[in-house]
This record gives sequence, structure tokens and C-alpha cells, in this order.
Amino acid sequence: MPPPAGVSGSIPATRALPLPLKRGRPRVADRLFGSGVTVAGTLVLLVIGAMIIFLVLEGFPAMQHYGFFSFVTASRWAPSEAFPNVSHPNPYGILQFIYGTMLTSIIGMLIAVPLAVGAALVITDVAPQRVKGPLSALVDLLAAVPSVVYGFWGIFALIPAIKPVVDFLTTTLGTVPVIGVAFQGPFFGVSYFTAGLVLAIMVLPIIAAVCREVFRSTPRNEKEAALALGATRWEMLRIAVLPRARSGIVGAALLGLGRALGETIAVTMVIGNAVLHINPSIFSQGATMSSVIANEFTEATEPFHLSALFVVGFWLLIVALIVNILARLIVRRGVAL
Amino acid sequence: MTQLALGTPGLRKRQSLRRRQGKSAVMVGLLIAAVVVAIGVLAWVLIYVAIQGASALNLNFITQNPPGNPAAAGGGFYNGIIGSLIIVGIASAIAVPLGIGAAIYLVEYGRGRLSATIRFFNDVLIGIPTIVTGAFIYAIWVTRFGFSGFAGSLALSIVMLPLVTRTTEEMLRLVPNELREGSLALGATRSQTVMRVCLPTALPGIITGVMLAVARAMGETAPLLLTALGNDLFTQYNPSQRMSTLSLQIFDNAVTGFQEGQARAWAGALTLIAIVLIFTFGARFFGRRVRTANA
Amino acid sequence: MTVDIEPSLTAGRPFWHRDATLRGAVTFLVGTLVLAACGSATAGNSTAPSATPTPVCTGTVAPPNYTNGLTAVTGQAKTLSGAGSTFVAPMMSVWAAAYATDGGVQVAYQSVGSGAGVSQIQANTVNFGDSDAFMTDSDIAKAKGPIIQIPLVQAPVTVVYNLPGVPSGLKFDGSTLGKIFSGGITSWNDPAIAALNPGMNLPSLPIAVVHRSDSSGTTSIFTDFLTQTSPAWVTALGGSKTSVGKTVAWPVGIGGKGNEGVSAAVGQTQGGIAYLELDYAISQKLTYGDVKNKAGAFIQPCEQTAANATVGITTYPSDLRVDIVNQSTNPQAYPITGLTWALIYQNQTNAANAAALVNFFSWVLTKGQALTGSVYYTPLGPTLQALCIGQLKKITLNGSPIAS
Repeated sequence: MPPPAGVSGSIPATRALPLPLKRGRPRVADRLFGSGVTVAGTLVLLVIGAMIIFLVLEGFPAMQHYGFFSFVTASRWAPSEAFPNVSHPNPYGILQFIYGTMLTSIIGMLIAVPLAVGAALVITDVAPQRVKGPLSALVDLLAAVPSVVYGFWGIFALIPAIKPVVDFLTTTLGTVPVIGVAFQGPFFGVSYFTAGLVLAIMVLPIIAAVCREVFRSTPRNEKEAALALGATRWEMLRIAVLPRARSGIVGAALLGLGRALGETIAVTMVIGNAVLHINPSIFSQGATMSSVIANEFTEATEPFHLSALFVVGFWLLIVALIVNILARLIVRRGVAL
Repeated sequence: MTQLALGTPGLRKRQSLRRRQGKSAVMVGLLIAAVVVAIGVLAWVLIYVAIQGASALNLNFITQNPPGNPAAAGGGFYNGIIGSLIIVGIASAIAVPLGIGAAIYLVEYGRGRLSATIRFFNDVLIGIPTIVTGAFIYAIWVTRFGFSGFAGSLALSIVMLPLVTRTTEEMLRLVPNELREGSLALGATRSQTVMRVCLPTALPGIITGVMLAVARAMGETAPLLLTALGNDLFTQYNPSQRMSTLSLQIFDNAVTGFQEGQARAWAGALTLIAIVLIFTFGARFFGRRVRTANA
Repeated sequence: MTVDIEPSLTAGRPFWHRDATLRGAVTFLVGTLVLAACGSATAGNSTAPSATPTPVCTGTVAPPNYTNGLTAVTGQAKTLSGAGSTFVAPMMSVWAAAYATDGGVQVAYQSVGSGAGVSQIQANTVNFGDSDAFMTDSDIAKAKGPIIQIPLVQAPVTVVYNLPGVPSGLKFDGSTLGKIFSGGITSWNDPAIAALNPGMNLPSLPIAVVHRSDSSGTTSIFTDFLTQTSPAWVTALGGSKTSVGKTVAWPVGIGGKGNEGVSAAVGQTQGGIAYLELDYAISQKLTYGDVKNKAGAFIQPCEQTAANATVGITTYPSDLRVDIVNQSTNPQAYPITGLTWALIYQNQTNAANAAALVNFFSWVLTKGQALTGSVYYTPLGPTLQALCIGQLKKITLNGSPIAS
């Protein structure tokens, strides 16, 4: 086929491929490149899949020896009571770790979600234009502080600061008839509550960042319409911004919850590491799924101890996956987290 | 009488307006209080660490190892800083090419449900507890090859990978399609288009993402507890051996009762925050330049 | 001598006014009683313990001069790695620092707890381990070969407490400690503690038990003592099989990582009580108490009283796996004293490492024993030290002994 009119020179006729001499190579290289990036792309799925598989594999000996459900029906975590030929009762009950994880995360969420929503509202709608950027950057900065620094600060700065308040709470709330059990002293600084506070600070920036994007996406004319009709600023927020954002806030909270569930180091430093059983008061020591793994992993020498820790890790992974999947189903892209 | 009759609805409206304005003021005040609390806590943490760490931070801290006797003053976290640089460096060398590759797949090659699934689970991987990542690497690597800095790098690369993929993907999407089409029209293959046109255009943004991922990896402690294990006293340059990192050193020294050890930990915390902030701010600065360049 | 006093003067007065001798005697008696009452009243008002500190703890111990070290083996490696007990960590760091100049070898010891020390030597990821609880037969079976266990040094486990206004020297016995650490006694002004410390002004603070969260030889020593002396402890922990060991199911308390973490927690928590190796207590200026020994005396922990814990023991098992906790009937022995064992593979395969190991531990058992005083540890007695040197000689390289 002759070259198109007006074009001179030896251009290859039919295909948009470069010089005939190298015709074979680029196609192969191109195909290799394509395969390479495909492999890189699927790596994420492989990693998650492999995680689940290997945690199950490592946890299998303990699950087989003691029975799958005994881990949540047994009431104590007492590795010193494990003997190789004894399979009942299961000395590796994990209920208190699930309880600890849930309790500290819930305390963290109860504090962080209102604060984060408020901060996000201020950043998007209340603050003057010049302040919005720096304010937003500062709130994001909370996420940059490493976990170990939060734990360290928690021990030396936070605990002395909250001790008088908590002592007061234990003497007042702790004496109330039914619910007082959850607020009983004595308070020794390290506790579920302290860990919950530290978690609140750590998940606040994540929730705030997502809420910020959600609030930012409110159509501007709706806000202006509300203001034009005479709404006060709070009413405008309540009518035009928040209703649309409900599912977004839920998604943000779930993302924060996912982060709180997995937080290890800061929690280990302020929770007290009491692993035996559930302690009812939020001001008493405890442990979480991640803190017990961090503490006991490298010296788990009792029979089935390491395997039981893998069981804990497996359940932590499953719970985190569920929460994160739910969160990401609700919160779509567009947030740089 | 008429005036009163006329004035009453107005009065009620004014009272109601004042009440509504009052309520708005209170609520907005609460919102502002929320921001103040958030920023206040941040300031508290940073200032506290700065005060505690500044007194112990000196040149020795960055150039010496901890003293063998934990009750002795002085010394520093040199081995931790070196270890952090090596471990995070190797982790970046693994995660950055793979992450960019995955992003290229998602943007340039992927179509349909597979790429949507990959994108979804990439975001999910960001939220996986890092202690679980450490346990996973322990199960597949440490049980076979022992504790090592390299195992720590593997764990950190899993932490960094989804972050790099995500930001790279966003940056690649920002590259105008005309550039791609032009390149293909000129006879380049797809791979050449990506490597020679798209990536260089998106490079500043990619660097932003990498810096954010590095900042995150520098701060991680939990996965390293189970993989690199730590090496308190001696500098280890060989990643096939146990290594310490700055974060591990801080953790070990923060929970001791020795005041001298705690002082070193504060200095370490200040150093770590400084490094993380430099990377985070640097990334933001880069990112802003990218946005203004591409706007 | 009797003096007659005018009846008019003594009418209506007590009979002892009439007789001077009787008066003198009564005056003397009353005076003594008053003085005694004043004396004990002031003693009760002070916050000093009513007994004087154990006199044997004053002064320093003359460092031993052991010369029975092994001939140096040539071709040693330049570095050695070890891991294990936090109980011995301060001593090990002094040894490592001195040996770096004396022997030219850098010993890197990771203070991670006896449990981790055992598991790391089992996996052969370190040249030597260290544990304050000797390896059992089943532990050794999990290792890659037979293991030699050599006691290195002796030290007391102190009972540390954080009570504002209360100095060191508070008295405890095993039964009370067992109840405290199992949650039976929850307040510092409990009558059981007060009974041991008459005249002490104990605050009504709640007791914050601090224990180890990791696998610990120090825990093993301490729970050994509690198991021997406190039936309440044994019952609370479900029997003597599970009430002693490197890990136990602590019913109450805060967990700290290593002796280091426990010392941090007890120092930061008012009302805290913990068990710590002596150097940690002294170097962090924590207050610690006296413990009742087998002979019934309340003894302050120090180098001398820890040394007395093995005075009188003349025979040791051939593999040196001996329990010295609360064994001695010496009236000046501190009961909660323990040994720490170095864990070394008997059949070495690397010549350089084997040489370095033998040289280092030969030095530790001879010149190293003279350095213990600086960190308040107690050197081994001559009988035990000689047996330890004998154990060191059993190390072989590819089948043939290397030491002499």
C-alpha cells in the first residue's frame, strides 16, 4: 500500500510499529511489560489471600488440639497451664482480647467521631478561607505522629493529667449500683480507658479527613439556598450538609474503627497487659488482640502457645478485613489517606 | 392595640431569631471547640516531645550507640537510625517498583472486574493491622530464615505497597490522555508510552506518594518486633542479621525504668517525629507543586 | 535505809510516801516505765522501721580471686552474640564492657527475658543463651543438641514498693507476699502487713501488683519462693504445678516487659509492689523490703545475704541444675536468691565461636567474678565456681574437647 499523500520518507505502511528491523522485539518486550505489571497488580490479592492462608496454617495445630470453638468459650488465657497431652479445658481463651479490642476501640470512637465531625465541619464550612488550609494540614499531622510516640507521651503526659479526673469518676460513678462495676477503681494509670483515649487521638485524623471530603462534596447551591432562606450557620449545616453526609460519616467511622482495631504499640504501652481474664471496669488493666501478640510472640515456648497466638492474629485479620471492606464499600475514592 | 397586635408576631419572630442565632452560636462554638481540642492535643504531644527530647538530643545521640549499661547516661541511637535507613530503604526498593507497576496495571492495562477488585482490595490492605503483617512474614520467612532486617523490610514493603499504588494511580490518571495518544500515534508501544511519557509526567506526584509511604514505614514498630527483632547495642549493617530501628529503640527504652534510657527514648522520639514531619511536609509541598503544574 | 517520816506529813497519803526505800524503788520503777513509754511512743510516731538494718549488709565484700581459669584457646571469633535473662543484664553489660578491652571480643547481649533466651538457643540463633530458670529435659530435647548450663553469678530478687513516705526496710514474709501477689490482700494498711511491721505508718493506698508480662527467670525464682512459703498462692494459682515457672497465670496486676519494664511500672504507680533484681532497685532508687528467711529472720537483700544463701551447700548435682531458693537455714541468708545459667551447646561446630565462648566464660568465671560488686551481684562460692569450670571443660569442637 503506498504511503498517504503528502508524507515523504520511508514510513512503515500498515502498522504503527517502529522500524521493521526491530519488529519482533518490542512486541515481546511490550508483552513482558504487560505481564509484569499484571503480576504487580494482582500482588495485592495474593498477599491478602496468603495472609489468611498462612495464619490458618500456623493456627491449625492449636485449633485442632483444643477445638475450634473452645477459644471463645474458654475463660482464661493461661499459657502456663498448657500441657501437650491435655486438650480440655483450653487454656488459651481469647474472649478477653476480643473484649479489650472492642472496648478500647469503642471508647476511642465515642470520643473521636464527634470531635472529627466537628473539626471537619469547621474546616469546610466555618473557618475563614485563609485558615482552612493550615487547619486541615494540622489535623492531618496528627496522623503522621508514630504510634510509639503516642504511647510514650501517653505514659508520661496523659496518665498524670487524667489521673485526678478518673479518680473522681471512680469515687462517683464507681459507686452507682448497677453500672458502677464498669467504673470501679482503683485506677493505676494504665487501663482500657487510657488506651481508648490514645486510640481516639490516633483515629481522629482519619475520620476527619474522610468527613472533610464528604462535606466538601455538598453542592454549594444547597448551602447557599439554606442561607438565603434565613438559616443560621448551624441550621445550614444541619439541613444542607449533614443529611447528605450520613453514610459518609458512617464510612469514615468504620475506617477509623478499622485503624483502631489494629493499633498495637501505643495500646500495649498504656493498657497494662493483664491477660488472664476480662476485667469488668474500664479503669482496670487489660489486653487487646494486637497487644497480646506483640507481647508474647517472640517467647511463646509453651505447648501450642505460638499457634494460639496465630489464632488470635487470624481473628484480628478477619475482623479488620470485614470492617475495612464495609468501610471501603461506603467510602469511595478521592481521599488521600 | 393595633400596634401591639402588629408587633407581636414580629416580636416573636425576633425572639425566635435570637434564640436560633444563640443556638447556632453555641453549636458553632462547640464545633470550634472540637478543632481546638484536636489541634490542642497535637500541640501538647509535639511540644511535650520537643521539651523532653531537646535536652537529650545532641550530636552524640546521632553518632553513638546506646551504652551497654542501661543506667549510664549518654550514648545514642546510631544503630537504630542506620537500621531504619537500611530497612526502610530495602522496603522501598521492593514496594516502589511493585506499587508503580500495580498502578500502571490499574490505569493503563486493567479493565473490568479484576482491576476493580484489585483497586478495592488495595484500599483494604491499607487498613490491615501491621502486627498481622508481621505475623505473616514470621510465618513465611522468619521460621525458615531467622530474624533479620530483610524480614523487617518484607513486612514494611507490604505496609508501603498499597500506599504507593494508590497515589501513583491517582497521579497517572491526571496525565492528559492526549499525551498518551500522541505517543502511541508516533509509534511507541504501550510500555514505551508508559515508561517514557506517563511516568515522567506523573513523577512529582509519584514522589509525593513515595515520601508519604516512607514516612509511614519509618514510624512502624509492631511488624518489626516480630521480624527484625532488634539489636540493642551494636550497629548491624548486614540485613540478613537482626537489626534495630529507631522506632524499636524508642519502644525498648520508653518502657524501662532507667531515667537515662528514657531520656534517650525522648531524644529518639523527637528525631523520629522530625524525620516523619520532614517527609510528610515535603510530600505535601511536592504535591502542591504538582497540582499547580497540572492545573 | 529507812527514814521515819513524820506521820502528820504522811497522813492521808499513799503508803509509799512513808518509806524512802520503797519510795526510791517506786520512783525508779515509775521512772523506767515512763521513759519506756516515751521511748516506744516516739518510736511509733516516727516512720523509721523499728528494727535496725541487717548489720551484715554494711561494708563491701572482698572480691574473690579465682585463678583456675582455662588456658586461652586461639583463633577466637571477634564477636559473640547472646540473649536472655534481664535478671543478669546489668552484670552482663559490665562483663561485656570489661571483656572488650581485656579479651578483645565484642559480646552483644540482648536483654529479652529468660524465656526468649531459651528459645533462641534452642533455635541456635545466638552463640549463648542465659536463663535464671535452668532448662528442663524437655527444653533441651527441643534444642539442636545437648546443652551445658553453667551458673554465672548469684543475685537477690527484691520486693520493691512505691509508697510515699515509707522508706526501705518494710518487712514481708512469704505467706503475706503470696496473698498480695494473688490478689488476696488489696490494701497497704491491711492487718497482715501491719502485723509484720508494728509501728509503721502504712497509708491506705490500694496495692498495685506489678509482674512480668514476658517469660522470665526472675518470675521463676520469685514464684518458687512463693510456692514454698505461701499455701494461699499455690491454691490461687491452681496447684504447685502451675504456681511456679517462667510464666504463671497472674490473677491480678500490671504486666511489664523485662525487669526494666517492671521497674518503670512500679516507679510510676503509687501503691505499686513488684519483684526486681537488686541492681534495678538500687540504680533507680526504689525502696525495697526485708524478707523472712527459713530461719525466721527478716533479712535485707544485699551481696552478703545473697552469698549466705549458698553457704553450707557442699554438694551440687552434676549438671549444676540446682534450686537455691529458700534452701539455706543460715540466719543471715536472703531467701529469694537465685542463680543464672549460661546456656551453651556442648558440641560446637564452629572453631572460632567455640574458642571465643570458652575464653569468655572462663574469664567470666575467674576475673569476671571480681567485678560483681559494682552492680551489687554476688560472686559464686569456691565450690560452685570450681564445678562451673569443670562444666566449661566439657565443651567439644566436632567431638574433641577444646578446653584444658
